[in-house]
Amino acid sequence: MSSEPTATSAAPALAAQDVHKTFKIPEERTHTLKERALHPLRRSRHDEFKALSDISFAVAPGEFFGIVGRNGSGKSTLLKCLAGIYRADAGKIWCKGRMSTFIELGVGFNPDLAAYDNVALNGIMLGLSPSEARARYERVIEFAELEEFQDLKLKNYSSGMHVRLAFSVAIQVDADILLIDEVLAVGDAAFQQKCFDVFNRMRDEGRTIVFVTHDMGAVTRFCHRAMLLERGEVVTIGDPRDVADRYLEIAFGRNVAHDDEGENVGSARMGDGKARVSDVWLGDDQPGRRAIAPQSEPLTLKVLVTFNEDVSDPAVTMSLLNEHRQPVVVATTAQHSERTGDFTAGERALFAFSFHNMLAPGRYHPVLTISHRGSGLNVIDRFAGGMSFVVRGVVASGGMVEIPVQTEVTRGELVPHPPEAIQSAGTAR
Amino acid sequence: MSTPTLSEPVSEPLSEPLGQPIRGPRALTDDWSRFWHLTYNIARNEFKLKFFGSALGYVWQVMRPLLLFTVLYIFFVVISKVGKGGHPGEADYGVQLLGSIILFTFFGEVTSGSVRSVVDRENLVRKIQFPRLVIPLSITLLGLFNLAMNLVVVLIFALISGIRPMLSWIELPLILVMLVMFSTGVSMWLSAMFVKFRDIQPIWEVFTQILFYASPLIIPVETVRAKLVHHQFLMHLYLLNPLVTVFQQFRHAMVNHDALSAGQALGGWIYLLEPLAIVAATLVLGFWVFNRAAPHIAEDL
Repeated sequence: MSSEPTATSAAPALAAQDVHKTFKIPEERTHTLKERALHPLRRSRHDEFKALSDISFAVAPGEFFGIVGRNGSGKSTLLKCLAGIYRADAGKIWCKGRMSTFIELGVGFNPDLAAYDNVALNGIMLGLSPSEARARYERVIEFAELEEFQDLKLKNYSSGMHVRLAFSVAIQVDADILLIDEVLAVGDAAFQQKCFDVFNRMRDEGRTIVFVTHDMGAVTRFCHRAMLLERGEVVTIGDPRDVADRYLEIAFGRNVAHDDEGENVGSARMGDGKARVSDVWLGDDQPGRRAIAPQSEPLTLKVLVTFNEDVSDPAVTMSLLNEHRQPVVVATTAQHSERTGDFTAGERALFAFSFHNMLAPGRYHPVLTISHRGSGLNVIDRFAGGMSFVVRGVVASGGMVEIPVQTEVTRGELVPHPPEAIQSAGTAR
Repeated sequence: MSTPTLSEPVSEPLSEPLGQPIRGPRALTDDWSRFWHLTYNIARNEFKLKFFGSALGYVWQVMRPLLLFTVLYIFFVVISKVGKGGHPGEADYGVQLLGSIILFTFFGEVTSGSVRSVVDRENLVRKIQFPRLVIPLSITLLGLFNLAMNLVVVLIFALISGIRPMLSWIELPLILVMLVMFSTGVSMWLSAMFVKFRDIQPIWEVFTQILFYASPLIIPVETVRAKLVHHQFLMHLYLLNPLVTVFQQFRHAMVNHDALSAGQALGGWIYLLEPLAIVAATLVLGFWVFNRAAPHIAEDL
C-alpha cells in the first residue's frame, strides 16, 4: 500500500462498464437428438440466473485490485468475463496490454508427459512464445526446485511438486495484467508465502493485478483497492479495509443479530429465571451494533440484563467460544471483590466487558451466565445463542490469541549446554 | 452502503482512450502466431503420447490400418480374386486398397477424434482464454502427423509391388488438401454439435461405417458403375461423396493411370465442381457452426 495509484489519473488498464451475465439453467436438459425429435415443439424451459448485473469498475495501471464476495456472488464469473472465457451478455470490457489469467494452476498439464512438454504447452497457453518458453524452462525448473525430477512424467509427481511446477510457469509470464483466482488456496503455508512474495514483487514491478479471493487477510495486505460483490452486484468499491468489513458483515451478517438456530453452542436457557439476559452486542460507544471486531483494538461486549425479581449481588460471566467451541476468554464480574449491587424487579442493567482485542481472526460466540454470587451452581440465566461476532485482522499466526511476543536471539558462550544427563541417558544402556 | 467511488469515471470518459472493448471468447484470434503454436503443441503432445505412451508405441498406429488391409487383401484378392477381374485399372488393387485405407483412417481419426475433443478439453476451455478453433484443428494436425507416417508405409509397399514413381505423384498434395478440408469441415461441425447433443457420437460412428462402404475402398468405382448402370441417379449420388473423388484420384494419379480419374468417373472434369463444392460447403458450414458456438462453449459444457 506504499504507492497508491489513483484510479482517475491515467487511462485504466482494465475497465468494465455495465457488464451483465445471465446463465440459463435448463429445467430438463435436452441432451439427445432423440428427445429433440420426440418433443420437437416443447420449448426447453429454463430458469435464468443473473450472475452479474450492472458491474462497472476501473482498475488503474499498476493497481492491485481485489474482488471479494461470498460463494456464488459472481466474482469468478466476472473474472471469466474479464479473461475472455465467458462472453458478457451486455456491457463492455476494456483491457490495455497483455493479459494473463490464473483461474487454475497448470491448465493443460498432461500427466503422461514430462515436465518439459508441459512447461512448453502451459507457457504458450499463458501467452509466451515457444522460444520464450524454452528459454525460461531452466528457470522454471530451478524455481520449482525440481531439477532431479524433470524427466519424470507428471503423474509421478507429488501434488506439491505439481503445484510448484505450475506456479513456476505462471510467474514466468510477463503479462501487464494478471487475473488471479484464489490460486493461493492451494499449497502449504511455505508455498503460500512464496506466492505472496511473488505477488509483492509483481506489484512493485508495476503490473496490474486483479485478485479474486475471500481471504480478507490477503485483501487488506495486498490490495490498493477492492470491490465487494453480492448476488452479482457491486456493493462497494474502495479501501480494502472497509470492503473487508462490509464483506464480513454480509458473510456473517445473518448470524449477527439473533440467530434462532442457536449455532449449537447450547442455546437452551438454564437457571431460575430471576433475571434474563435480554441482549448482547458489541459496542464501543458508537451508535448501532457491529459484528466486526478489529484486531488489536479495544473491544467492548455489552450485556443487557432484565431483572424479573429482586436479586442481590448477581455475577455475570462471559465466555467467548471460538469456532471450535473452546472458551478463549472467560471473564466474570465476580472476580472483583466489590459487589455488583442490589437489583429490584423490573430493573434493567447494562454490564460491559472490555478488553484489548488480541483474539485470532475468526468467529466468536459469547456465552453469558448470570448467577448468584458465591455459588457457581446457582445459575439465574445462561444465554448462549444470542449473537456472534467476527474478529478481523491481518495477523493469523495459527494460535488462539495474537499476543504481541518479543523474540530475541542469544549466541555464543551464553547459550547453556543441554544437561549432561539427557545426553548420557541416550547412550547408556 | 457506500456509493461506488468509481461510478463517475466509468460512466463517460473511459470509452474514448480505451479503444475497442474486448470481444470475449471466439473461434479465431488476432494473434495468429499463438494460434499456430497452441495448435501445434497440443497436436505434438498427443503425438508424443501415442509414440511413447505404450511399449510398441508407434507400431500400433501403423498396425491398425495394416491389419485391416491384410484382412481385406486376403479376403478380396486371395480368396475372391477381385483384382483379377479384367477391368482396366484393377491391377495393383493391393496398393490402391492400402492407400485408400490409410486415407480413410485419416478421415476417421480426425472426425471421430474431434467429436469429443472440445468436451474432453473442458479444463482448458473453462479455465483459459484461447481461440477455440485450436481444439478441432489440433486434431486435424495430429491426424496429419499420423498420415505422413502411414504414407511412408504405403510408399514402401507400392515400391515393393513394382510401382515406379510417376510425374502425377505431384497431385498428392492437392488430393490431400481436399481430404483435409473435408475432414476439418466435418470435425468442426461435430465438435461444436457434440457440446449440446451428446448422441452425435454413436450416430457418427454408424455414419463412418456407411461411408467406408460407400467409398471405393474395397469395391472399385468400375464395379459400382457396372452394378448401377440402370440407376443413374444412385450412381450420381455415390459420386457426390468427396471421398470417392479423393480415393479415385489417388488411385489414378498415384497407383495406376489405367484406373479412371475422378473426373472420368464423374463423366467429365466439369462435374468435379460438384464434390469440390460439397467440400467447400462442408468447410464453410462447419466453421459457421463452430464460430457461432465458440463464445458459449465454456458455459454450455
